[in-house]
Amino acid sequence: MDWSTTIGIWVAAFLTLAIFSFLYKDNPFYKFAEHLMVGVSAGYWVLILFYTAFMPKVVQNLQAGNWWYLIPTLLGLLMWTRLFKGWSWVSRYPLAIYIGVTSGVAITLEMKAKVIEQLYGSIDLVTQMNSANASTALTVNNLIILIGVITALIYFFFSKEHKGATGFLAQIGIATLMIGFGASFGFTVMARISLLIQRLQFLMFDWINLPRG
Amino acid sequence: MKRQLPLAIIFLCGAFTLFQYFIPHEQSEYLYEFVALDWPPIIGVFALMLGIFSLIRVSWGKIRRKSENWPYAIVTLIGLAGMIATGLPGIGDHNAPAVRWQFNYIVYPVSATMFSILSFFIASAAYRAFRARSFLATVLLVSAVIVMIRFFPLGPLTDPVGTTADWVLNVPNLAAKRAIVIGVGLGIVATALKIVLGIERSYMGRD
Amino acid sequence: MNFFEKMFAIDRRWVYLTLFVAVVVSLLLDFSIPVPISKEARNIYNYIEGLNAGDAIHLALDYDPSVSAELDPMTLSVLKQCFTKDIKVIITALHQFGPALAAERIDTAVARHAALTGEKKINGVDFVYLGYKPYPVLIILGMGQNYRIPFPRDYYGVSLDSLPMMANIRNYSDVKAVINISGTSATDWWISYGNGRYGVPLAIGVTGVMATEYYPYLQTDQIFGLLGGLKGAAEYEMLVNTPGPAVEGMKVQIVAHAIIILFIVIGNVGFFAMRRSEKRKA
Repeated sequence: MDWSTTIGIWVAAFLTLAIFSFLYKDNPFYKFAEHLMVGVSAGYWVLILFYTAFMPKVVQNLQAGNWWYLIPTLLGLLMWTRLFKGWSWVSRYPLAIYIGVTSGVAITLEMKAKVIEQLYGSIDLVTQMNSANASTALTVNNLIILIGVITALIYFFFSKEHKGATGFLAQIGIATLMIGFGASFGFTVMARISLLIQRLQFLMFDWINLPRG
Repeated sequence: MKRQLPLAIIFLCGAFTLFQYFIPHEQSEYLYEFVALDWPPIIGVFALMLGIFSLIRVSWGKIRRKSENWPYAIVTLIGLAGMIATGLPGIGDHNAPAVRWQFNYIVYPVSATMFSILSFFIASAAYRAFRARSFLATVLLVSAVIVMIRFFPLGPLTDPVGTTADWVLNVPNLAAKRAIVIGVGLGIVATALKIVLGIERSYMGRD
Repeated sequence: MNFFEKMFAIDRRWVYLTLFVAVVVSLLLDFSIPVPISKEARNIYNYIEGLNAGDAIHLALDYDPSVSAELDPMTLSVLKQCFTKDIKVIITALHQFGPALAAERIDTAVARHAALTGEKKINGVDFVYLGYKPYPVLIILGMGQNYRIPFPRDYYGVSLDSLPMMANIRNYSDVKAVINISGTSATDWWISYGNGRYGVPLAIGVTGVMATEYYPYLQTDQIFGLLGGLKGAAEYEMLVNTPGPAVEGMKVQIVAHAIIILFIVIGNVGFFAMRRSEKRKA
């Protein structure tokens, strides 16, 4: 192992332990590691933006004589008017282009992916239930999904008070949502433990070279 | 100038990208490709650089005012300067060995460890807060436990537990998440429409 | 103070220590657990297996170090499968702290493939690494029109037009699928904008925290496969016949999960015992 890797592993181990020390209580080592990471990652972002976005999209385009790239460049520079009191409103022009473009594409495509396709999917469940070779299990499962979706949507509908029949259906809806949240919790436990395993694998096997089990 | 023109720009850009989806004519494709999709990321480079400049300004302000924990602001600035210095033109670039070293041995371990300590908080929450206080809390708990034990080798129970967990994920969980997805989708579309039509203006700030 | 009240009043750091010791000990012990393969994981594997040598896929690596424990094994396994099958790979990293991470993983996959087969995969010929640009929504849409709009040059500064692999690739219609491995909302954007606008077949590998959110998209075929968290990663490691950190991690997961379930059980037994004694007192 070369010396830069060895030093790197020791630095990483120190920083890992510094962050873990927060579990005992907040302390200067934790704060040091946290602030160092903020600085280094901000610096990294500067480099990435400069070399992989600013250079090819701005500098090299202008060098190649694509002069109309001056327009987005000037619009980008206008963002910096935010630093000057009395002029910060100018930054609304470049911001307006970004917000306008992304809002416009969101209207059609989010509607399609998150609403229309999901409704098609739900209707498809009914079609499956009506097909000649639909098993009982499939019919029951599809019914559960349909009832779950409709009742959970009723729970989200706050324009009508959740009383009587609406209240009963909303209760089924919230029970469905609870099953969903439970499943999410189960997966979240796995996710967080995975991260812990990896840090301990690093400390135990890469840093202090314990034999692997 | 201060409000009306930005609102007009938003309306024009929004209406253009909205209708372009339905009318992919050659001319509109040209505008879509070379203005709508190409300009904002370039503007974004400057906007994000401004964000990083703000970090420098805030840290520098802390040091000058000697406000609480100001020495850590020095650490932030040293980290930032160190990273940028190793990637300066003539010395290196975004892929230089020194840059990758700092990324691998500083950014990586701190960032990964910060999220890993959440596992301890989850364990603590499981011990102190995850109670079957009501019917709905019990439903949540049972669903969580089924999903958690789905990959346990449980002898003859392994297959039934796995099948039940698959059912939880693909049937009631699917229903719950579909309702949420539809709700989120309608929310995004409503907000986007309000922005394009100039009803929602909070992103403009005051003055 | 009765027994249960005392038990719940213990310092939370004892709970932390229990979990810590459990993970350390299970890492040191030599045992393994079976990793059954889910349909959602097998779908991705079969899809890639069904491609022909020379076909291209797009591997979108949208994550940062904070979740790499779960997602790195997926990335390395998918790359291994593609390299073995001679499938061309276009790689992007649309998380601001992802580009160096992705570069490292590509280097690792190339080195492992060379060690295994003696064949060196070459950037620009066998794979292309495009890297990062800000504003993922517009970048995903831009690549759907033409990869050259957001990425005139690759991560290393080489013009896309000079890369042999990109000669016949203009946009998503020239790739067979997008495999998005992600720890961010980029997955939603790939679904809404990549698959939604351009209809490119999409499969996802996501963190455990995110996994359950995407089951509705499986039923609608907006995604054709799903790898969820470390379990999904372990499944793919098994599928490509290279058990690694994810498979090793699963044995630890069992112990850690058992400890957490035990905490839940103790917590609830105590809760009901305390509630009963309170009722009796009343």
